[in-house]
Amino acid sequence: MSGGEATLFWILAPLAVIGALGMVLARNAVHSALWLVCTMLSLGVFYVAQAGPFIGMAQIIVYTGAIMMLFLFVLMLVGRDASDSLIETLRGQRVAAIVLGVGFAGIVGAGLSRALAGTGAIGLDAANENGNLQGIAQLLFTKYVFAFEVTSALLISAAVGAMILAHVERAKGEKPTQVDRMKARFAPGSYPGPKAGPGIFATSDSVATPARLPDGTFAERSISKILPVRELTSEESALKGTEK
Amino acid sequence: MDPTLQTFENDVWWIALIKVLGVFVLLLLLTLFTINYERKVVARMAVRPGPNQVGPKGWLQSLTDGLKLPFKEEIIPRTADKVIYFIAPVISATCAFTAFAVIPFGPVVSIFGQQTALQVTDVPVSVLVVLACSSLGIYGVVLAGWASGSTYPLLGGLRSSAQMISYEVAMGLSIVAVFMMSGSMSTSEIVAAQGDGREVSLFGLDFTAPGWYAVLLAPSFVIYAISAVGETNRAPFDLPEAESELVGGFHTEYSSFKFALFFLAEYINMITVSALCTTLFLGGWHATWPITLWSGANTGWWPMLWFLAKVLLCLFVFIWLRATLPRMRYDQFMRFGWKVLIPVNLVWILLLATVRVLQTSDLEAQTRFTLIGAAVLVVVLVAVLWPSGKKAAPAPSLAEQIAARPQGSFPLPPLDLQVPPSPRVARQVAERQPADVSSDRSEV
Repeated sequence: MSGGEATLFWILAPLAVIGALGMVLARNAVHSALWLVCTMLSLGVFYVAQAGPFIGMAQIIVYTGAIMMLFLFVLMLVGRDASDSLIETLRGQRVAAIVLGVGFAGIVGAGLSRALAGTGAIGLDAANENGNLQGIAQLLFTKYVFAFEVTSALLISAAVGAMILAHVERAKGEKPTQVDRMKARFAPGSYPGPKAGPGIFATSDSVATPARLPDGTFAERSISKILPVRELTSEESALKGTEK
Repeated sequence: MDPTLQTFENDVWWIALIKVLGVFVLLLLLTLFTINYERKVVARMAVRPGPNQVGPKGWLQSLTDGLKLPFKEEIIPRTADKVIYFIAPVISATCAFTAFAVIPFGPVVSIFGQQTALQVTDVPVSVLVVLACSSLGIYGVVLAGWASGSTYPLLGGLRSSAQMISYEVAMGLSIVAVFMMSGSMSTSEIVAAQGDGREVSLFGLDFTAPGWYAVLLAPSFVIYAISAVGETNRAPFDLPEAESELVGGFHTEYSSFKFALFFLAEYINMITVSALCTTLFLGGWHATWPITLWSGANTGWWPMLWFLAKVLLCLFVFIWLRATLPRMRYDQFMRFGWKVLIPVNLVWILLLATVRVLQTSDLEAQTRFTLIGAAVLVVVLVAVLWPSGKKAAPAPSLAEQIAARPQGSFPLPPLDLQVPPSPRVARQVAERQPADVSSDRSEV
């Protein structure tokens, strides 16, 4: 490791570990997701520093998108203010989980360190000879093309499966479309505009005077149900000298 | 001289610092300018004066607004998640600035005796850096919406993130064609690849056709332009800020300096997608035909001028769209992104890849033409044999339409109705004193 790379490592490695711990320990699911972002970003920078710019950027773009999805799922499924309760539902569960987790990490770490004890770092110089991107493309589309395609088929079937599981089949006319709703709104018997106010086309301003529809009939909806619909007498509807 | 990736590795640290500072200042100035530019252009299109009070012809309006914002009172909602509420605008602004680090402004120039390219840095995957910044920028938006602890910001934030994620897919796919043509993801190499246009002779006039990918890859360019508008949440795709439905969208609860950061980020994003559009499709800093008649057009600091001119042209289109088009409905917008832009893009990439393979492979001419002919035949057959829709019947006349109305329809007035003049109005007019213009005002 050169000096710059070592500095980068000692700054970002603790950040990545803190992010991982924070993800496990945070009460709030959204905070948890954000700690995960922190870890993933640190890893992305590591890749870039170790001569793998493409995979570093892919890590950032893909994992950002993935965690964003996680984030949105948390929002949609759990709600905004949800946080973990501290009550242990299974007795001793927490202790057991910690023991098992630390044990598993120990086994993996020990196994890896024993297996890789005599292996020296070669670096990516040979692999990046024709450019990092070109090298990856070469491998993906020649040697590993089958594995690549099979993986993509697997992912696509998983996505299609999830969509089928979540999809509710509706017959064609079951859910009214915007056009249906518009037609229903203007269909005979439902008046699309605002209801006529009392007194429209009428001979008096009284709330008891029904509005008239354009053809001259009374609009029953325009007056309160408790009022009888009647025409005013000529005396009642005569001008009272207050119009000026 | 075109920069290569090696050029950037040779930069001294203080040159890099100067360039970073330069880009930062340039972005701030461009933002201040763009806000005024937008307001003035929109005003001009709406036949009104626009900002014309502060500074010469109102050009300092956004500067004063920008200075005023940080001094305003800061209101933080009680239900807000304080830490995340604080970092959300910081994420937005940081990502917006970072994306500009890989945009090339010009060729190699001399700064204080050092030969350096007018671009902060370049990596083999620069375009991916821009995409990564924009996808991280979404976090600013969605976290702001979430942390505000209020309904409208939450809905606005969700809408924004859905919109930006969807349109980022279309944007990324439209850039793939550029990668295929230029064989590189580094912005400086993409600009260099567009540099050499072909000599074209038209009506006896010899000139160099632009090697722009906007011309060579027109479908990609159109899709990029549309998705860039969607990606930056600008009209007609500004659903996250639909005033009538969501107030201000994700930044409803933000005030003072934090709001200023969001505002800044929004405009810088607009400038970034314009700059990326210039870089990927409009030939970057290379001058175009009439200017290239002057041999010094692509040397020294001049290219920065061409670059800025192209960016301002792109920004003008953004503003023009805003002044012209009404906002789209959310479901139409999403359907357009997923069901039109992305499939069209995929088919276009497939087509382009086929053409590239046919060009580079050593097929015999006869085989090649047979393949092309067969493909064209299939397309024509599909187009001809595609089941056509029924022909619409001629529209019925007005009388027929009225006669066809079912029982219980809303009553219509008679069609030959003549409204008589109201007797009351006639009487009132007659009784009113005629206005006496000659009388003295003191009487009134």
